Amino acid sequence: MLKCTSACAGCSDSLALRYVLKAAGPDTVMVVPACCTSVIQGIYPNTAFNVPVYNIAFGAAAACASGMSNAFRAAGKKTNVIVYAGDGGTLDIGIQAMSGAFERGTDFLYICYDNEAYGNTGMQRSGGTPMGAKTTTTPTGKTDAKKDIDMIIAAHDPPYMATACAAYPQDIFKKVQKALTFRGPTFIHILAPCPPGWRYPTEKSVEMGKLAVKSGMWVLYEREYGKVTIGPQSKAAMKKPLPLEEYLSPQGRFKGIDPKIVEILKQKIAKNYQRLAAEEEASA
Amino acid sequence: MKKIVTGNKAVAEAVKQAVPGVVAAYPITPQTEIVEQIAEFVSGGLMPTRYIAVESEHSAMAACIGASITGVRTFTATSSHGLLYMHEMTNWAAGARLPIVMANVNRSLGPGWNIWAEHTDALQERDTGWLQVYVSTVQEAYDTILMAFRIAEHNDVLLPVMVNLDGFLLSHIMQPVDTVELGDFIPKIRLPHAIDPKHPAGYGTLTGPDQQFKFRWDIERSMRDSVKVIEETGKDFAKRFGRKYGFTEDYLCDDAEVIVIALGTLGKEAEVAVDILRKEGIKAGSMRLRWLRPFPKLNLKGKQVVVIDRDYSFGRGGILATEIMAQTKEDLYSVIAGIGGQEVTYDDIAGFVRTRRMGEEFWFGVNAHV
Repeated sequence: MLKCTSACAGCSDSLALRYVLKAAGPDTVMVVPACCTSVIQGIYPNTAFNVPVYNIAFGAAAACASGMSNAFRAAGKKTNVIVYAGDGGTLDIGIQAMSGAFERGTDFLYICYDNEAYGNTGMQRSGGTPMGAKTTTTPTGKTDAKKDIDMIIAAHDPPYMATACAAYPQDIFKKVQKALTFRGPTFIHILAPCPPGWRYPTEKSVEMGKLAVKSGMWVLYEREYGKVTIGPQSKAAMKKPLPLEEYLSPQGRFKGIDPKIVEILKQKIAKNYQRLAAEEEASA
Repeated sequence: MKKIVTGNKAVAEAVKQAVPGVVAAYPITPQTEIVEQIAEFVSGGLMPTRYIAVESEHSAMAACIGASITGVRTFTATSSHGLLYMHEMTNWAAGARLPIVMANVNRSLGPGWNIWAEHTDALQERDTGWLQVYVSTVQEAYDTILMAFRIAEHNDVLLPVMVNLDGFLLSHIMQPVDTVELGDFIPKIRLPHAIDPKHPAGYGTLTGPDQQFKFRWDIERSMRDSVKVIEETGKDFAKRFGRKYGFTEDYLCDDAEVIVIALGTLGKEAEVAVDILRKEGIKAGSMRLRWLRPFPKLNLKGKQVVVIDRDYSFGRGGILATEIMAQTKEDLYSVIAGIGGQEVTYDDIAGFVRTRRMGEEFWFGVNAHV
């Protein structure tokens, strides 16, 4: 990452990007659909990335990367092909192309950085928006649950997939390095807190990411050839999870949230963790 | 070598000889035989090509874009709804200056489900920055695919080329084809802006109102430069392989008083109609338009013009007729015929000329003059 980035103040995605690019190294091409990263990379004729970045239409990143990866491999090149897409470009408009690319065994790393809404268009709800969160298209709070894209990816049985969070950069670094050692499609889902979208002060992005993990709203885990390993940060947190309210209350998007929805979210946290723990035990 | 094959198989044969690095495609009637044949060539080891069986046409074009920007030769084929589904990405391919070659088997649009020949699919792609050519015989389909790669990849063009052939009327018709020993007719592809991690660059980054128009003008400049490249390629093709192709195929136009203009197989059928009319003493000629983009300069001075459109732009008229009207002040009779595979014979075409009413539009079958 170079200095001419045009990210918002306090953007946790630019933090994540720095570590993704560091881990991937120079022999890398990034494929970026419409998302915050289209903005973060800077304005023509500048680019803030020190690797080639191919920008492509919203729903087309995985398909574009699949053509690119095939062409590189046919030419005997090992160049890393990394899709770097937001939650809208992954969970919503890009899901078909992504599913196709995973099913075809494309040799690439797909990273979804998830700020839980359409960020660069001004925070409209996406499939990644959690229940209860206010966005510009759910002004009274979202009534539907967050889509579990990790389960959908897991159903494609990729050799490696992981969740990560922008507040844990070393963890991102390790997971990207690891993902790039596999042949075939790999996936990393990074939670990326967003100050203007989630409505918290710009200096609190790292804190917000940590609260997400400590409350169990976000669980760090890996799935390698089907074997689930829950990260030590999440294991430690889930021994005695932080009350969910401590994660929700600093964020303007959850202001005035219905206590009934908070209860549903708590139940979902418990159920999700139980499922992952059971999977970890079963696959040990 | 002479072979008797369908239009689709002739396209696949030409693609095999051009040896693309990547083919990404999705099946749709009546294009399927092209991609089936290519998949068979690839799996049989006859083509050293990566065949990506994508999950949609949008992804077919996106995968071609991703492959092409690495600098490899790239091909896809589609039809009708498939072409419309990739519309966002056809714009992207041209904007990104990628010399992708695509065969489009012209087919009607739904509803209702109609799989027969019509040109509205390709004509809705008119403004995307793709070069467009329409062929009328199986031989021409084969020859034009070969020329399309050379034209698209030429350094003065670097734009994608769409080769159109009529669904069933050409895609599934068997005719003799004389295949060629290609030699160095299509030079090795060299994409000046190919992605190279040693030279990082941003492709398609945020572009302001002070810059975007420059990129658009650059497309138009290359579109204009492509005229010369198309001519040169046609000449070299004729020199090497003995078959001549221009922007139009003119038949008895010089002394003609009335000229029939159409695209694809209708344009070929018009030549037979001209022979019939000449026997009756009507001085007719036919001008089959091969290239629609770039649109050639047509010499129609002093002629009456009958344009047959197998397409329509609602609220305006036949698309080809409208294009020609923009270029000539001559009287024009616009016939809408062949929509959704409607049968149009050379006798019908001769009839259009005999009963022409200049300045009017005629819907064949509906028998409505407007």
